[in-house]
Amino acid sequence: MIVGNRKEFGEILEKLGTARRVLVLGCNECVTVCGVGGEREVGVLASELRLYWQKEGQDFAVKEHTLERQCDYEYIDAIRPLTGEYDVILSMACGAGVQYVAEAYKPRLVIPAVNTTFLGVTLEQGVWSERCQGCGSCIVDMTGGVCPIARCAKSLLNGPCGGSSGGKCEIDRDTDCAWQLIVDRLTESGQMERYEEIQPVKDWRTGRDGGPRKRVREDLKL
Amino acid sequence: MKTNSRIEKLLGQGAFVVTSECGPPRGADPEVIRRKGELLRGVVDAVNVTDNQTSVVRMSSLSAAVILKGMGLEPVLQMVCRDRNRIALQSDLLGAGALGISNVLCLSGDHQKFGDHPQAKNVYDIDSIQLIQTVCRMRDEGKFLGGEEIKGKPALFVGAAANPFADPFEIRAARLGKKVKAGCEFVQTQCIYNIERFRRWMEMVRERGLHERCAILAGVTPFKTAGMANYMKKNVPGMDVPDEMISRMKGVPKEKQAEEGIRICVETIAELREIPGVRGIHLMAIEWEDRVAEIVKAAGLLPRPE
Repeated sequence: MIVGNRKEFGEILEKLGTARRVLVLGCNECVTVCGVGGEREVGVLASELRLYWQKEGQDFAVKEHTLERQCDYEYIDAIRPLTGEYDVILSMACGAGVQYVAEAYKPRLVIPAVNTTFLGVTLEQGVWSERCQGCGSCIVDMTGGVCPIARCAKSLLNGPCGGSSGGKCEIDRDTDCAWQLIVDRLTESGQMERYEEIQPVKDWRTGRDGGPRKRVREDLKL
Repeated sequence: MKTNSRIEKLLGQGAFVVTSECGPPRGADPEVIRRKGELLRGVVDAVNVTDNQTSVVRMSSLSAAVILKGMGLEPVLQMVCRDRNRIALQSDLLGAGALGISNVLCLSGDHQKFGDHPQAKNVYDIDSIQLIQTVCRMRDEGKFLGGEEIKGKPALFVGAAANPFADPFEIRAARLGKKVKAGCEFVQTQCIYNIERFRRWMEMVRERGLHERCAILAGVTPFKTAGMANYMKKNVPGMDVPDEMISRMKGVPKEKQAEEGIRICVETIAELREIPGVRGIHLMAIEWEDRVAEIVKAAGLLPRPE
């Protein structure tokens, strides 16, 4: 899933500027699962705003609403009548959702309340970890199911570097060395001969470096 | 000989090679490099020029290498994959060839987190093993990574680093094997303090016959103080400093610790020379170039061959 962090309240206030009629818009997908932008968090942020402006003695209108998805136009479009009453839409979706809402309601101001961070997994309640950088050509079958691009700080395809120590990465003792994990998995599955193969230079065109990506499936188009 | 490299020539003659290093300054003053170079003249066979080591911005390694070359020294151009993509790396390799540089050392590079610009975006388009392949392809096949032909191939003797002390230990010789397979002709190791572990690594290296295909230069760094020994043990990832070393440094008064550090270094060199497959020493006297001559002399490695 897509994982994010909510922005600090102070930063959100600053971004809102003089706007006091705010639609706080959540998303029921990834940001709900990682606890940053679902119905509950929409309620929390809306309450924070109301309390703050109340204390300041200001007039305001803060509306809470959570869409099934902010990355599908049908859901976004369905709230058109609601949006007219507000100066600003404060989106709590990921970076994709925020942009799609902004596109649908231009020229209305749409403000992100969340910093989108990574594609990851839930390690335990309240803990998420990065797993994928969307490079567009997966090789984890070669690396014991561990992605060195997303999980090695240097994205080394032929690691580990000389900074791997006690299973941890040189950048931080709390970060696992991806190549230690890869070696462990290859050893466990009797595939260490794979380690001896040199991974060739990667063609990054399938990733971000090839420019913004778009996918068209003719068979699915209406 | 594939190149005009002095290291390649000496290794070919069976000499025990001595290399050292020289960190470029954090400014544009060429005199800093010249002063350091002067201290190493006639004392070592080649001088590594570090590439923004520990991710701190310094004069470029290629510029500093050219300054040393102009003084008649033999530079080893260090290149890290952190800051340049394959376009810039290949371009600089051509430049190095054109400027008469004969040795290149291919490295991943420290993560920028450790440096003075931790906010920077890193590159890591290719890794150190792929950089070795790139240099060999350019030199031997006359081709760029993209497949186009090179007009005027860079004649570079190709080296890399090896760290016998990083984890996982069991793949450390296999990793060197990959570097050798990629075309690496010499390696300089991480600083050796734990000789026993280095011996075990060398056994694994010899089992694979890697020492016959790639010259292994054993890395040493003299401690200046007990504090430095302690710092290296605790804070430098992939560094193995046994407790005995630290107690030995702490066991002498502060004003005599530098001499003790040098004594340990000279003893270490003597032990390393006895290990089969070790073809030379890489002496990294960090900001201590003025002591290199006496260490090399005390180790019985002077004069250097012509």
